Amino acid sequence: MNVHAVRAIYLFEMARMWRTLLQSLASPVISTSLYFVVFGSAIGSRMMDIDGVSYGAFIIPGLIMLMLLNESISNASFGIYMPRFTGTIYEVMSAPVSPMEIVLGYVGAAATKSVILGLLILATARLFVDYEVLHPIWMLSFLVLTAVTFSLFGFIIGIWADGFEKLQIIPMMIVTPLTFLGGSFYSISMLPPVWQTITLFNPVVYLISGFRWSFYGVADVHIGISVAMTLVFLLVCLALIAWIFRTGYRLKP
Amino acid sequence: MTAIISVTGLSKTYASGFRALDGVDLAIRQGEIFALLGPNGAGKTTLISIVCGLVKASAGSVAVAGHDIVRDYRAARSLIGLVPQELTSDMFESVWATVSLSRGLFGKPKNPAHIESVLRELSLWDKRHEKIMALSGGMKRRVLIAKALAHEPRILFLDEPTAGVDVSLRRDMWAMVRRLRDSGVTIILTTHYIEEAEEMADRIGVINNGKIILVDDTHQLMSKLGSRQLSVHLSTPMSSLPPSLADMSLTLGDEGHTLIYSFDSQGEHTGVPELLRALEREGIEFRDLHSSQSSLEDIFVDLVTPTREVAQ
Repeated sequence: MNVHAVRAIYLFEMARMWRTLLQSLASPVISTSLYFVVFGSAIGSRMMDIDGVSYGAFIIPGLIMLMLLNESISNASFGIYMPRFTGTIYEVMSAPVSPMEIVLGYVGAAATKSVILGLLILATARLFVDYEVLHPIWMLSFLVLTAVTFSLFGFIIGIWADGFEKLQIIPMMIVTPLTFLGGSFYSISMLPPVWQTITLFNPVVYLISGFRWSFYGVADVHIGISVAMTLVFLLVCLALIAWIFRTGYRLKP
Repeated sequence: MTAIISVTGLSKTYASGFRALDGVDLAIRQGEIFALLGPNGAGKTTLISIVCGLVKASAGSVAVAGHDIVRDYRAARSLIGLVPQELTSDMFESVWATVSLSRGLFGKPKNPAHIESVLRELSLWDKRHEKIMALSGGMKRRVLIAKALAHEPRILFLDEPTAGVDVSLRRDMWAMVRRLRDSGVTIILTTHYIEEAEEMADRIGVINNGKIILVDDTHQLMSKLGSRQLSVHLSTPMSSLPPSLADMSLTLGDEGHTLIYSFDSQGEHTGVPELLRALEREGIEFRDLHSSQSSLEDIFVDLVTPTREVAQ
């Protein structure tokens, strides 16, 4: 294992975050804070409690997931797309590194950023809403697992994309709608029965439900199913990445 | 000398159907400077890219210091440094950060002293904290060289290193290449400046249409293929050759002021003494004699042109 290479990629990518601190951390924290102000404090106080949780507190796990998904995908896809775009990828491809080490470096850095961001948003939420975390270890595990899974997904998008437009299209057209419809702002049980069934095909439902369970002990689907679905998606992403490196897809003509 | 890189039956056909390499066999000797010459699209960059792991070979194999580049890629690649043809750089990074990244990528522990010496040698030390996008084209080229040298490679590939580079950088670069060679580094370069290959390289390989046409010592190649010319600058111009000189391979140039005699430098009989005696006999006076060798450029064009015409 080329530990020096993993370390070099990881630190190089992390340095990019510190350099672009404002857009990497400050802007997602600020935009999430706006949700807390509007839905948590302002409107939330007029809304009914859901499953015994105040509305302001109810939306915290969903909002963190919303940011986590978007930021993981955009960080990881940008991290690998930029070297492809500028051509500096030649160096990584010519270096004595295995695909696993490349993924560890790039995806590890993107996931780290997302976890830091998730915790920052959680801390910020404290300023606006009261909440509790019943299962802190599960909460952290979900945070890390989701960050890793969606950073892997972002990595795939970064390799697939052949233009900046494509880099944006999956997060905007697919992930954001799925997150909004995945129960960020409501409980699945509030939907008509038909829509409850349809919603179960949305993978993000399982992430948000599981994450919310770690906070308040209430969930739309069983926690075991949530964990299993997340792991399935993780494995699908890993399989896709293995295929990418085996065939050299878009990396090695 | 032993071969540090051996290429065997290497072929590459791109997805577009373009056949960039066609059964290339090549052995690079340890410690030499090898120049790969060929017109654009001849397959130079494809050959380098396969050895460095950027492109997959369609057929054939490459071994670097005995390590197969596919099965034993770690051992093979860690010996190699590559300076690509294109000026690609992490625009927003500092020189120091990007060169340090290169060292880590190739599996070497941090060594600020080595990176400092590389940057100093390339006159980049004062610019180490600057962002790469703020550097001039020549400086960016130096950064790419520094990145390739950051992990102390035993083999250095320079893909058209002097394209778009000014005279002073070119001179620095060649001085550095010589120093590297003296320290035992094998250097493979491609260039369009043929006089540089002639001046720098120990051996020259000519590639065209994906095939290696010939590989030879630079001196051998020059003498084997180079014909010499002797120019006799006459005191008084002549309008036509005297009959006694007609059967020698002579031509009149410069409006009758110069007699040009072509001969084979490798031949037993150059014919030069005979020519001089004949001139004396005829009472032809001359002011100056000048002998020259056809340049590698002429040789190169001779080698490449016929195959091109056939192809067209």
